[in-house]
Amino acid sequence: MNMRLYFLQRASAAILALLVLIHLAVIIYAVQGGLSAEEILGRTRGNLGWGLFYGLFVVTVAIHGSIGLRGILAEWTRLGRRTVNGAAWATAALLLVWGLRAVLAVVGEGAA
Amino acid sequence: MTRELDVKIKRGGDDGGYENFRVPQRENQTVLDVVTWIQREADPTLTYRFACRVGVCGSCAMTVNGRPRWTCRTHVSKVAGDGRLVIEPLENMPVIKDLATDMTGFFEKWQAARGRFEAAISRDDPLVPILPDSPERRAADAAIECINCAVCYSACDVVSWDQDYLGPAALNRAWAALNDVRDGDRAGLLRAVSGDAGCGNCHSHQSCAEHCPVEINPTRSIAGLKRASLVALLKGER
Repeated sequence: MNMRLYFLQRASAAILALLVLIHLAVIIYAVQGGLSAEEILGRTRGNLGWGLFYGLFVVTVAIHGSIGLRGILAEWTRLGRRTVNGAAWATAALLLVWGLRAVLAVVGEGAA
Repeated sequence: MTRELDVKIKRGGDDGGYENFRVPQRENQTVLDVVTWIQREADPTLTYRFACRVGVCGSCAMTVNGRPRWTCRTHVSKVAGDGRLVIEPLENMPVIKDLATDMTGFFEKWQAARGRFEAAISRDDPLVPILPDSPERRAADAAIECINCAVCYSACDVVSWDQDYLGPAALNRAWAALNDVRDGDRAGLLRAVSGDAGCGNCHSHQSCAEHCPVEINPTRSIAGLKRASLVALLKGER
């Protein structure tokens, strides 16, 4: 992979390392008194902080996951460079759309 | 009665097979001696490559009992305690015939990695003083004794996965050139090694360092190139 991808993959990994730790810590903390959808939505809905947190989470996952998948496809399959790059972009787009939709659903005021 | 070695040699190309030979064992005998004996005494059609016989030219590397080795400096007693030898061509390069591989792609990658000196000054300029213990000279020293034998290239997992990858030998050479303070095209060199087939692909498995017959550590050289390329990228120098 070229140096730009090399940098993006490592930078996103460094950010994710921190975000995943916070994510896991919050899960463990939040389930102490039982877990319900209302409780989660009560905490996240309309909360700009969690919106930014998981928005960043989704963006870094889309970057990190797609570059990682690109490496695996390039090394473990006989697919051409163009196909591999296409698959990586498609994965990034899919992760972004799914992820941001989920963030919007959990943080947005009107979401059910 | 003299003892004999049980030698199995890969013949033909990808669709070839193995042929067995019985070779007299000697007290002091290299793997190259064994191959030469077979060609001279048993089957003159056996094809292999060698030149200097003393570990300088890098021509005679083959796969010996599953590991890439320089055959002229590999003693049979060290690698075949049970008297059995399986000799195959190097991996990751097309086979021309029997034990000889086509190294064209390997050497083309040296050029692609800018593994050559680009002079910054002419012969009319005064000599550039280089202190033997300067960090650059030491880094170049550690990488410079490569004999181009392709043992590291044959051992590299990433090359076996991705035939475009420049590989440990070419990148190690580029690292030596990068540390040559007389080299006049640092930016061009970093561009050459940091592309899609470049140093960013190395997984640091260290097979190259493990197998290198002259104990160079190409993984370390490639790590140096990753650092230098990354710094250049962040500084916007390329």
